[in-house]
Amino acid sequence: MPSHTFTLNGKRITVEAEDDVRLLWVLRDLLGVTGPKYGCGLGVCQACTSHLNGKAFNPCSVPVAKITPDDEITTIEGLPATVGKDLHPMQEAWLDLDVAQCGYCQPGQIMTAVAKVRQAAAEGREVTDADLDQIRNICRCGTYSRIREAIKAGAKNM
Amino acid sequence: MAEPSRSSRNPQSVPEGVGRRRVLAYLLAAPTLAVGVRFGLDAVDGPAAEAAVPSPPQPEDLFDLGDLQNLAAAPTSGLITVQVHSDGTASFAVPRAEVGQGMTTAVAMMVAEELDLPLEKVRVSLADARPELLMNQLTGGSNSMRSSYLPVRTAAAVARERLVATAAAQWGVAASELTTRDGVVAYGTRKQATYGSLAEAAASARVLPAATRPRLKKPSEFTVLGTSRNRIDALDAVTGRKRFGMDHQVPGAKPAMVRRPPTLNGTVEAVHNTDAVRQMPGITDVVPLRHGVAVRGETFGQCIDALRALEVTWGPGTVDGESDETVLRKLRAAALPMVVPPLLTKKIDAEFTFAFASNSPLEPDNAIADVRADRAEIWASLKVPIVAQREIADRLGLPQHAVTVHVVEGGGSFGRHLFHDVAAEAAEISQKTGKPVKLSWSRTDTFRQGRTHPMSLSRVRATYALGQVLSYEQRHTSAQTDFGHGLGEMITSTAAKLPVAGNLSFAETIFELTQSSPYDFGVTTQLLNEVPLGFNTGSMRNIYSPNVTCARELIVDQLASRMGKDPVAFRRGFLKDERLRAVLDKAVEVGNWGRSLPAGMAQGIGLHAEYRGAVATLVEIDCRPETVNRKIRDAVTGPRVTKALMVVDAGFAINPRGLEAQMAGCLNDALALALTSSLHIKDGIPLEGSWDEYFYTRQWNTPPELRVVVMPSTSDKPSGAGELGVAPAFAAVACAYARATGTLPTRFPINHDTLSFEPLPLEPSTPQSPTDGLDRAF
Repeated sequence: MPSHTFTLNGKRITVEAEDDVRLLWVLRDLLGVTGPKYGCGLGVCQACTSHLNGKAFNPCSVPVAKITPDDEITTIEGLPATVGKDLHPMQEAWLDLDVAQCGYCQPGQIMTAVAKVRQAAAEGREVTDADLDQIRNICRCGTYSRIREAIKAGAKNM
Repeated sequence: MAEPSRSSRNPQSVPEGVGRRRVLAYLLAAPTLAVGVRFGLDAVDGPAAEAAVPSPPQPEDLFDLGDLQNLAAAPTSGLITVQVHSDGTASFAVPRAEVGQGMTTAVAMMVAEELDLPLEKVRVSLADARPELLMNQLTGGSNSMRSSYLPVRTAAAVARERLVATAAAQWGVAASELTTRDGVVAYGTRKQATYGSLAEAAASARVLPAATRPRLKKPSEFTVLGTSRNRIDALDAVTGRKRFGMDHQVPGAKPAMVRRPPTLNGTVEAVHNTDAVRQMPGITDVVPLRHGVAVRGETFGQCIDALRALEVTWGPGTVDGESDETVLRKLRAAALPMVVPPLLTKKIDAEFTFAFASNSPLEPDNAIADVRADRAEIWASLKVPIVAQREIADRLGLPQHAVTVHVVEGGGSFGRHLFHDVAAEAAEISQKTGKPVKLSWSRTDTFRQGRTHPMSLSRVRATYALGQVLSYEQRHTSAQTDFGHGLGEMITSTAAKLPVAGNLSFAETIFELTQSSPYDFGVTTQLLNEVPLGFNTGSMRNIYSPNVTCARELIVDQLASRMGKDPVAFRRGFLKDERLRAVLDKAVEVGNWGRSLPAGMAQGIGLHAEYRGAVATLVEIDCRPETVNRKIRDAVTGPRVTKALMVVDAGFAINPRGLEAQMAGCLNDALALALTSSLHIKDGIPLEGSWDEYFYTRQWNTPPELRVVVMPSTSDKPSGAGELGVAPAFAAVACAYARATGTLPTRFPINHDTLSFEPLPLEPSTPQSPTDGLDRAF
């Protein structure tokens, strides 16, 4: 079976898996990293959103063979370490505003939020309501308003 | 209704003191202090006095669904237990499901309050199926807070008094000299002992009835209950540590998925390539089921590959000939007649249709099962675990006690987890393969083969003359809703005690216990008729109320308009529920009712009372072309609610911050029901297969401004709140849309007649995952 080497949450790892197995299942079923959630497997719901070299992506839609040894993958479990703290400012904002209801979408929401704020910052601006309207992550509990508030609050401390 | 009595305009205070009810408490034999109480004795409100009002009381006014559940729970013998541990924490296993509504946080607050223990030292877990609790282990009907409020507090208060008595004995002082605070018993400044240090000494060697009835705190003494607290599971949720069904690691339990038929409940006639599929990479097993073929393998991805490769001949399903149009025809044919003849009066007649909707949570249906020859163990999010345990045992051929059912945290429910079909399927696959399995339905399975809130038709006739509404008749006709998950049994066991006459079906009983009109509209009747059709149906958040209330409030606006009155002024004139009047007045004030808006925008108001709570929703909608036609990839945009206000009277709000969250969720569900989300049934199956086809509210639909106002307490007891806001919000959005467009919308959601997507193929039943995810990284 092919083996795949990459950096996952700051650690170099090697895993054996068929080339076409989507990264989500490599993370969840083979490596036991369960922060990224399965919500559709279609790149729609965004519950599995994680970061590849700092950019938000859906592991459900990427065959593991497309990940190269130079790639750094960060899941919700590895997000705090990217800022050298116990919690990322976006997670702190989430706690302050008590955003989560069932919590199933929240890892993906937070990973999307961090990428959105970085994307705006790279363009030299703050996140706007128009940016927030473009976020595709489903929250079936409907805590969208608190998500919007938390992104704005978290952005201030990033 | 909000009011348990008919004393609407002259509310009499019904004595609510704890002296009126008794919760038996026991000290249990355990290594550290453990107090057990009977569960569910709370809040069995007596029927209230009759009062003369123009509209005679409807059954829901006297006795509602939550009361029914409380009554059903009353004679059960099972105890729930609060335990104090040597580390100074307290624990409680709640016989309910947590599916995101903050129930565990609220229950922890009850324990913390009466035990005088910091909230962070209370651990709440979900109890396994406990058959001895009978029907008292059902999460539904927004009943959890109402049924646990008195028993849980009683157990905690007994524990606190026992800790005090233990310290008093050790120190040789009177218990009355001691105080408790933050998990410490103190004798002034002279002596202190932590609960942890007393927990063993306070334990009982045998089961004893608690010596005295504990003193519960008065609301004026509360420091935890009634204050806003964050969720106790929030840190786990934001760090990815919170474990949902498929996150649990059970030795040997490997992924399993099912190839499903192209019509609802189709059967397997033949599988043509079992051996070849079993040889595919990672696959360990292929087994036929009644309604599908299961595959088990190393990863879910390989299960998807395998189920897609299966060649299956399918037998017919249960609704192969049915589509939206055929169902609607049957509903129209079954609608009950109106009885008030519109003689010499003016009248409004209207018919509203509400499309099929999916109660799918974001977490796809799943369960873990480990079935052995003589026993089985199940892990699943189940709201009625006892029924699941019994029926799974039957199907496996095992005695009930040989099946252990663990209730795990659910990633939403909205009614779905009342059913245990997924857990039963996992058990069947484990039994047939002889191996433990982690079964997950695919997203497409959940929409196409999962539970639906069935299509319904609501006809309303109102007659009016001389400024009075003389009659209000509503005939609600629905494809049958499946209540075969325990609530039906609860009704059977309590039928003789319910204030509904005759031989009503389960569904009719629930309808009569949940629906009532809050207006003095003269002769008022609301009746349900259901048509059995063979769909996989079930309750969805707030069951019948959203559709019934939406139709009613639209007609109320029409009546106001016919009589030349403002919608708010008209409602004020006819409301018979003081708590609804209060939330309406607050909404009008805070939401600035009547403010001027550009053409194409309008405000809408919706009112609803249920579960002994009351809500007014005021929204502003933008139906201008530039908004309606805004473009977002693969999205339904359409009219946008730009501002929303929910004013809620939940009796006593245990955790206002949690209540606000529930109201926000209710509003977003309502937006979906009114504007965007439905299932299209075609030739025996829903066409929707993903979240870009079933258009639940997204960020581009949600209002940029949402405000929730929690009214000051109107009771010493909590009402149900998890579903309370869906109906009024749905009504408010519909009324706002009607006013903004100058039309009367009669088909919901308003976009249902336009199919806004290209349906995924019906076969294979689960689509392949994309491979281009890196192209969309940002």
